[in-house]
Amino acid sequence: MRAYIPSRGAVWVQALAVRDITKSFGPVRALRGVTLTVARGEALAIFGPNGAGKTTLLKIASTLMRPSSGQVLLFGANPHEAPHLRRLIGLVSHHSYLYPGLTGLENLLFTARLYGCSDAGARAEAMLAAVGLSGRGGDLVRTYSRGMTQRLSIARALVHDPQILLLDEPYTGLDRQAASAFTALLLTMRGSRTIVLTTHSIEQGVALSDRVAILVDGVVAYEAGNGARDVSTVERVYAECVGVPA
Amino acid sequence: MSALAVVRQLLWKDLVLEVRTREILTAMTVFAMLVAVVFNFAFSPSPQDALRLLPGMLWVTLAFASTLGLSRSFVLERDQQCLEALRLFPFDPGLIYAGKLLSNLLALLAVEILLLPAFAVIAGVALLGHIGALAAVLLLGSVGLVAVGTLFSAMSVHTRIREVLLPVLLFPLAAPVLISGVRATLGILAGRPWADVLPGVRLLVAFDVIFVVVGYLIFEYVVEE
Amino acid sequence: MATTLTERRSEAARGADWREIVIWAGTALGVAGMYMAILYAPEEATMSHAQRIFYVHVPSAWVGFLAFGVVFAASVGFLWTRRRSFDLAAHASTEIGVVFTTLAIASGAVWGKSAWGTWWTWDPRLTTTFMLWFIYVVSLMVRAYGGSGGQSARFAAVLGIVGFLDIPLIHLSVVWWRSMHPLPVVVSSEGFGSGLPPEMLYALLVNVAAFTLLYVALFSIRRAQMGAQDAIAAQRDDDRRSTIRRGLPGIQEGSR
Repeated sequence: MRAYIPSRGAVWVQALAVRDITKSFGPVRALRGVTLTVARGEALAIFGPNGAGKTTLLKIASTLMRPSSGQVLLFGANPHEAPHLRRLIGLVSHHSYLYPGLTGLENLLFTARLYGCSDAGARAEAMLAAVGLSGRGGDLVRTYSRGMTQRLSIARALVHDPQILLLDEPYTGLDRQAASAFTALLLTMRGSRTIVLTTHSIEQGVALSDRVAILVDGVVAYEAGNGARDVSTVERVYAECVGVPA
Repeated sequence: MSALAVVRQLLWKDLVLEVRTREILTAMTVFAMLVAVVFNFAFSPSPQDALRLLPGMLWVTLAFASTLGLSRSFVLERDQQCLEALRLFPFDPGLIYAGKLLSNLLALLAVEILLLPAFAVIAGVALLGHIGALAAVLLLGSVGLVAVGTLFSAMSVHTRIREVLLPVLLFPLAAPVLISGVRATLGILAGRPWADVLPGVRLLVAFDVIFVVVGYLIFEYVVEE
Repeated sequence: MATTLTERRSEAARGADWREIVIWAGTALGVAGMYMAILYAPEEATMSHAQRIFYVHVPSAWVGFLAFGVVFAASVGFLWTRRRSFDLAAHASTEIGVVFTTLAIASGAVWGKSAWGTWWTWDPRLTTTFMLWFIYVVSLMVRAYGGSGGQSARFAAVLGIVGFLDIPLIHLSVVWWRSMHPLPVVVSSEGFGSGLPPEMLYALLVNVAAFTLLYVALFSIRRAQMGAQDAIAAQRDDDRRSTIRRGLPGIQEGSR
């Protein structure tokens, strides 16, 4: 069941918009006025040093956290006020969100059913196949390798066919082989889904995205579209923004 | 997806996980038995005393055993931050509370079913004659313990001192359950007329209704960020 | 607190602020209350002078419960609006409430010792006050150990709400318990105006008013203190970040 997507002029084009988002944890201000928009089908990569607020921003966009002020809009509607809109989002975190005591298939079934998918069984099987884990679907997630767990987390994030995929430092802990398999998988989704990805790896980020942004100390320090998107340029700007070599 | 279906799915997940490991149930039951035995060492009740002491011993044992199960139930969500994943679903966070409430309740009831005969044998008290009324009081009391316990275990799992914080939160606030439960059980075993026991039962019902509703409504504030 | 001469002059020019007025009024009432409690009120028949601790015990217990009512209201406000000022109010009221409740229990114990020869009795009112004390203490524990700032504030608010709703149930259950097992000694009713000679009632009311004013004063002072601590911490964080950000190119300053 799809959520109603309003078609209000230019807003229709914006899959995800965050406006003037601030977030304070007591006296500490993690985000100090972040405004970003991502068009439908676009892929945005967000870079930034540790503590810049990347994870906080994704959590707010996915409704896991409430902003101290500011607005989140998914296709023009605010998911913090309309929880059913969470169906539009899939989140891949550095936690796997998988139950080690359940099998791969059970994890996907559980997720698909709770997202309200009527054909949960078929979807779960299909997603397992898509990430190449069909053979291991009946094994407990506890027995999976890190790469397999990562693949299953993506399957879990996609099983309900979300329009928007958010990924929080998904390359953490992946070896080269798993990382390139992961990149290949994401590339198949470019254009059909809106993707927002935070990562430390500028190389991977630039390869996957249409636009980049650099978040430093809770504000957007740099944003660029199709032009200045080669790796060396971005690395140079990043080094300037952060004050140390990337 | 209907609220009932969501809760059923959440309960299924907890049951499957528990059946596969049997961690929680085993720990709770063994612990409960040990506490019961320790009580018997401490008081060495004669058959006359046993009738008077049994309700207190029973309820204190259940209170301690419940803290074990309650804390475990949210610890298993902590492993891969699954609680965050549950909050990403498009349903009301109160349903997460409802699912956990039911799975905690089932675990506690299972322990009671195992514990009651053991108590009867160890203390030498015949319980079968009053089993209907006893079961009703135990059920009401268990719902009360679990209603506030689930809420507090969600809170304490996020803190550094979770093993200490849960009992410290639970026992003062579940005092009406313990007081009414013990007194009602005493009244039933002593063969008192129903009118004597009724105020306690009414208190338990009131406690259950109030705190299940409050728990459901307030749970989202406990787990939000 | 004004220390330098200039500060003192400007403060004097401003005139008394309402907190000062409350403190003075409370002190005056407190003195009057003590006079009435010790000298004006008649001697009680059974207990003679030791009974006079009643004039401390009842007002303290009253303030303990009043403070908890404030905690409840502030907790609801905090969860509803997520505004820090509600959380600070709940925290301030918790701290003050625990002090008065401790005083209530201690004075109750002293009274019990002189009246019935025992330091403690499971009288319903005393027991409920004791449970309130526990809930206060646990509330402070949650604030201290409950994790990061925002989290412990939310947890304390939840506890404030659940605790407030629980107190009547605790009281009812203890009353039922006690009805089945009456106390060895009969506790004379000390409710408002029930069987109290008028002089005692007046003395009691004056003391209740004094303690209430004292609570209001302490609460507003503590609350202001906490607000100031907050502002200082926020300023420090701002300063730290602005030194880091100085001189970096092209950074958008977000709107505050």
